[in-house]
Amino acid sequence: MEIKLKKINIEKVRADFPLLKREVNGKPLVYLDNGATTQKPQVVIDAITNYYSDMNSNVHRGVHYLSQISTDAFEVTRRKVQEFINAKDDFEIIITKGTTDSINLVASCYGKAFVLEGDEIIISAMEHHSNIVPWQMLCEEKGAILRVIPMNENGELDLEAYKNLLSDKTKLVSITYVSNSLGTINPIKEIIDLAHTKNVPVFVDAAQAIQHIAIDVQALDVDFLAFSGHKMYAPTGVGVLYGKKDLLNAMPPYQGGGDMIKDVTFEKTTYNELPFKFEAGTPNIEAGICLAAAIDYINDLGIDNIKAYEDELLEYATTKIKEIPGVRLIGEAAQKSSVLSFVVDGVHPYDIGVLLDKLGIAVRTGHHCAQPVMDQFQIPGTVRASLAVYNTKEDIDTFIAGLTRALNMLL
Amino acid sequence: MTINEIQDELIEDFAFYGDWMEKYEYIIQLGKEVPLIDEQYKTDRFIIKGCQSKVWLFPEVVDGKVFFKADSDAVITKGLVSLMVKVLSGHTAKEIAEADLYFIDQIGLKEHLSPTRANGLLSMVKQMKMYAIALQNR
Repeated sequence: MEIKLKKINIEKVRADFPLLKREVNGKPLVYLDNGATTQKPQVVIDAITNYYSDMNSNVHRGVHYLSQISTDAFEVTRRKVQEFINAKDDFEIIITKGTTDSINLVASCYGKAFVLEGDEIIISAMEHHSNIVPWQMLCEEKGAILRVIPMNENGELDLEAYKNLLSDKTKLVSITYVSNSLGTINPIKEIIDLAHTKNVPVFVDAAQAIQHIAIDVQALDVDFLAFSGHKMYAPTGVGVLYGKKDLLNAMPPYQGGGDMIKDVTFEKTTYNELPFKFEAGTPNIEAGICLAAAIDYINDLGIDNIKAYEDELLEYATTKIKEIPGVRLIGEAAQKSSVLSFVVDGVHPYDIGVLLDKLGIAVRTGHHCAQPVMDQFQIPGTVRASLAVYNTKEDIDTFIAGLTRALNMLL
Repeated sequence: MTINEIQDELIEDFAFYGDWMEKYEYIIQLGKEVPLIDEQYKTDRFIIKGCQSKVWLFPEVVDGKVFFKADSDAVITKGLVSLMVKVLSGHTAKEIAEADLYFIDQIGLKEHLSPTRANGLLSMVKQMKMYAIALQNR
């Protein structure tokens, strides 16, 4: 089916985000640190206020009215997420604190159930630290081995090497959908299909994909998928773990506490069923409820329209930045999303970040929690401009002019 | 000159710069000047790791006074490092340990001493004072 694209009304979109109107260091803000977190639209801010002024109460607990409406609202989010990523059942959606929490949950619980000494976990050379360290910790605990899919100089994974890494010992593959430091979109469907030929489940870190790319977990046949609310226009402190029902049922609970139990005696506790088995304790109710407003917002714009708009913007930015002498892009994969990571010969990324900030331009500098990526490119870090749906060509022009000015001072 | 006299002089110097551009141009200029430390001291032994830029700090005692040599791989950090060295180097351990570094705030560069900047500068100041305290107790 051909997707019919609708043009993004950028003036309207920008007007939806109150923070974009503010100044920084006396200059109109140009916010290009969306890979770290996105700004929030008024509908999400209103939902936060509405939650506290109209329904604040604990969920899944009380019989009283407020507890019922807040529980209903919280469960609406679960179903919105289910629809948003096309999960088969709503109980396959576990509400977590964020992507990191989701990864740690699977590393801990899947690890307990399935990983033994000598087993192997496969990750890739472009993972965020949060998709490295939990697996390292698991491997250390179990005596398992971490294998790493290498990447080429453009920041693309070596799928031939991946095929060779897959073996009878492989217990899980955990891969990022979109690299936070390079912008590479990995061929996730192919990676999943290859793993499934060996009956190996695949975990996909979709933290940098969910706000840019339409995701259908059934079409992908992915086994686990995680993302964070705050990178998709929702508040911080909420995230999602999708898992296939059979896998989630086969895993022991993550944390013990309220909400995750069926019966507790001092002799034995029986655990609640999915999804509550994995949701011990009072969740971040406000963020959980407001994630629904963010999903509505994305759905109103249309994720495919967002992608088309952002792709055009990235192409524009890429062309413009290449015109600046000395700039070297880090990550030039054929398939990229919303990230412009670069270094300038003879200039430390930190210095560029400091001067851009003085010009009201927010970018991220450093290793982006992906030190192995920086090591491969033999750089201390990069400057990263990352885009969201509210960025404009004017933002890019201001950024390019600011960068030129900063480099004139530094070189 | 005492530590405070040097600080006051720097505050006076910076008062001449009208806007942030001029201020940063001056700092960058300081940062671009010849290496402040011998390459042999740019080793892990003398490194102070910020999350983003690295700082090297080498202390030595000559005639009862503590002298610092320092450097950074980022030019703005290096400029600020050289200001810090200018203020603290060449004084007694006691003077350094007790110094109140108010000039950074007064010249409007306080943000660079914020822990979130991760440039190693805050750690460097702490390290300078620690060296001084350690030397004082020796």
